[in-house]
Amino acid sequence: MGKTFSKPEALSDAHTHYCPGCTHGIAHRLVAEVIDELGIRGRTVGIAPVGCAVMAYNYFSCDFQEAAHGRAPAMATGMKRVRPDLMVFTYQGDGDLASIGMGEIIHAANRGEKFTTIFINNAIYGMTGGQMAPTTMPGQRATTAPMGRDVEKTGMPIRMCELLSSLATPGYVERQTLLKPKYINKAKKAIKKAFEYQEANKCFSFVELVSTCPTNWGMTPQDALKWAEETLLPYYPLGEFKSPE
Amino acid sequence: MAKVLMKGNEAIGEAAIRAGCLNYFAYPITPQSEVAEYLAKRLPEAGGTFVQGESEVAVGYMIFGAAACGERVMTTSSSPGVSLMSEAISYIAGARCPAVFVNIMRGGPGLGGILPSQGDYFQATKGGGHGDYHMLVMAPDGVQEAVEMTMQAFPLAEKYRGPVMIMGDGMIGQMMEPVEFPEDLYVPPTNKDEWATNGMDTRKSDTKNIVKSLYLDPTVLNDHNLLLKSQYDRMKEEEVRFENYNTDGDYQALIVSYGTMSRVCKTAIDEMKAQGLEIGMVRPKTLFPFPEKAIHDAASKPGCKVVVSIEMSMGQMVEDVERVVKGKTPVQWYGQCGGEVPTPQKVMEHIQSLLNS
Ligand SMILES: Cc1ncc(C[n+]2csc(CCOP(=O)(O)OP(=O)(O)O)c2C)c(N)n1
Ligand code: SF4
Repeated sequence: MGKTFSKPEALSDAHTHYCPGCTHGIAHRLVAEVIDELGIRGRTVGIAPVGCAVMAYNYFSCDFQEAAHGRAPAMATGMKRVRPDLMVFTYQGDGDLASIGMGEIIHAANRGEKFTTIFINNAIYGMTGGQMAPTTMPGQRATTAPMGRDVEKTGMPIRMCELLSSLATPGYVERQTLLKPKYINKAKKAIKKAFEYQEANKCFSFVELVSTCPTNWGMTPQDALKWAEETLLPYYPLGEFKSPE
Repeated sequence: MAKVLMKGNEAIGEAAIRAGCLNYFAYPITPQSEVAEYLAKRLPEAGGTFVQGESEVAVGYMIFGAAACGERVMTTSSSPGVSLMSEAISYIAGARCPAVFVNIMRGGPGLGGILPSQGDYFQATKGGGHGDYHMLVMAPDGVQEAVEMTMQAFPLAEKYRGPVMIMGDGMIGQMMEPVEFPEDLYVPPTNKDEWATNGMDTRKSDTKNIVKSLYLDPTVLNDHNLLLKSQYDRMKEEEVRFENYNTDGDYQALIVSYGTMSRVCKTAIDEMKAQGLEIGMVRPKTLFPFPEKAIHDAASKPGCKVVVSIEMSMGQMVEDVERVVKGKTPVQWYGQCGGEVPTPQKVMEHIQSLLNS
């Protein structure tokens, strides 16, 4: 019998440290499949964030840098400017990208840097144990918002795709999710498009993936998927927000 | 090559290009913005890259990303900006990437002032960023030396795989002096394929390179720290640079001074010599590694009654001078902050009053 399913070449053999039911693993796989399909592994450099994906450099089988918290877009800028022939992607969580690294992502997008950002929005700080993120939903409990997020004091969750698509500089901005197979297929298409825009030296490309963190949401993986679909998707609508065409 | 008259800041920019560095990232700040203005014009001509970053925080990481690809890269800033870059400097040191940082110091703390200062000695030599790291720090005393040190900084950063800092001050950045760019200081870049994230295609084998500073296993991190320490120990063996001034004969006092301040001290020493008072000086050219033995030996010379660390700060280098003199001779500090460089007259009066007291 022939082989019908195998691990992408761009993923390593390492076992990930992600919790059961976490969507980080799916996101890694999609990125790796796209790298394989485009045949770019030998000239791809990823940048790991500070967050649960900090050790992404162990899980991909291409060159990798590990950034400081939030600074991946600045590192990607440095890299892409001195080596435009490389394919560069950052992989960042919502604390990393939308809180401490807000300045870096906005300015990289606005300069139209020709790299790709994969943005994992799980509405919480995963790695440090469930603190409030800029993307945490109103009323959602977090260890630093024990009574639920109070928007009077903390403001409303930040929608990165909407924010970035308001920039006048051309770019590609799309939000997809990893909650169901039908969404996952669309997510992969978006990731591929993002890398293709980079390959064509067209524009900055940004794919947000609405994700889950069952561990810090205090839910089973099943419940987490359901909660995300019911609570996150209405506030974080899916689709293409901006394209360079 | 014939000498040309250039402002320190512009000469540093040109020196980087002559050293084969075509990648420069910066954020404007007085008194060093002329480096960025010069290179914004010059780099495109030379086929290089200039990005004005959105902050010194971002610039620090642009430097990191570019350096991690194995390319020669430099930034310049002044004191408040270097504070913001210190996070990146720590990561760059931890991840072992070669990069060149220039600090054209201004007065502090806080926003301080825009005139020359040497108030960042602690920041440059004792840390600045977090964790157990050092960087090689060179302190020029004029435009020519700023050029030479900038050109030397790139191969040194590659030799030790870490950040190298040029510590100038507002005076060196702003003043014009005749300079030449010694061609023999150009050293071709080393091959970085073994560690740089420049794409697996550049390597024959199927091994990926990872540039990182994270080591969660305590024994592995300890080994990493020992490796870094071995580089700093090697710098202490191989890179100490200093100048002795008027130390051949006997002298009653020894000055230790660097950068702009040391030039004022030289004038004062010449003047005192004319008046029959012999004063020696050791001028550190590297602040890290510090010229420990040279200062210790010069301070121990019979007849030397006092050692004075003269700085444009409220007494920072003096702590190192005390450390290396090891109680052989009394150590004093003299200096001034705020941007006014002490005059030769003031230095003379101070030394004379010390010797008469
Ligand atoms: C400068 C700095 N501040 C704080 C931290 C601690 N820290 C590590 S991960 C993290 C939050 C990560 O959350 P997120 O980006 O949402 O990623 P996730 O873990 O959810 O994937 C924080 C605050 C750090 N490493 N560095
Ligand atoms: S803490 Fe959350 S985001 Fe992190 S691995 Fe576990 S489930 Fe995933």
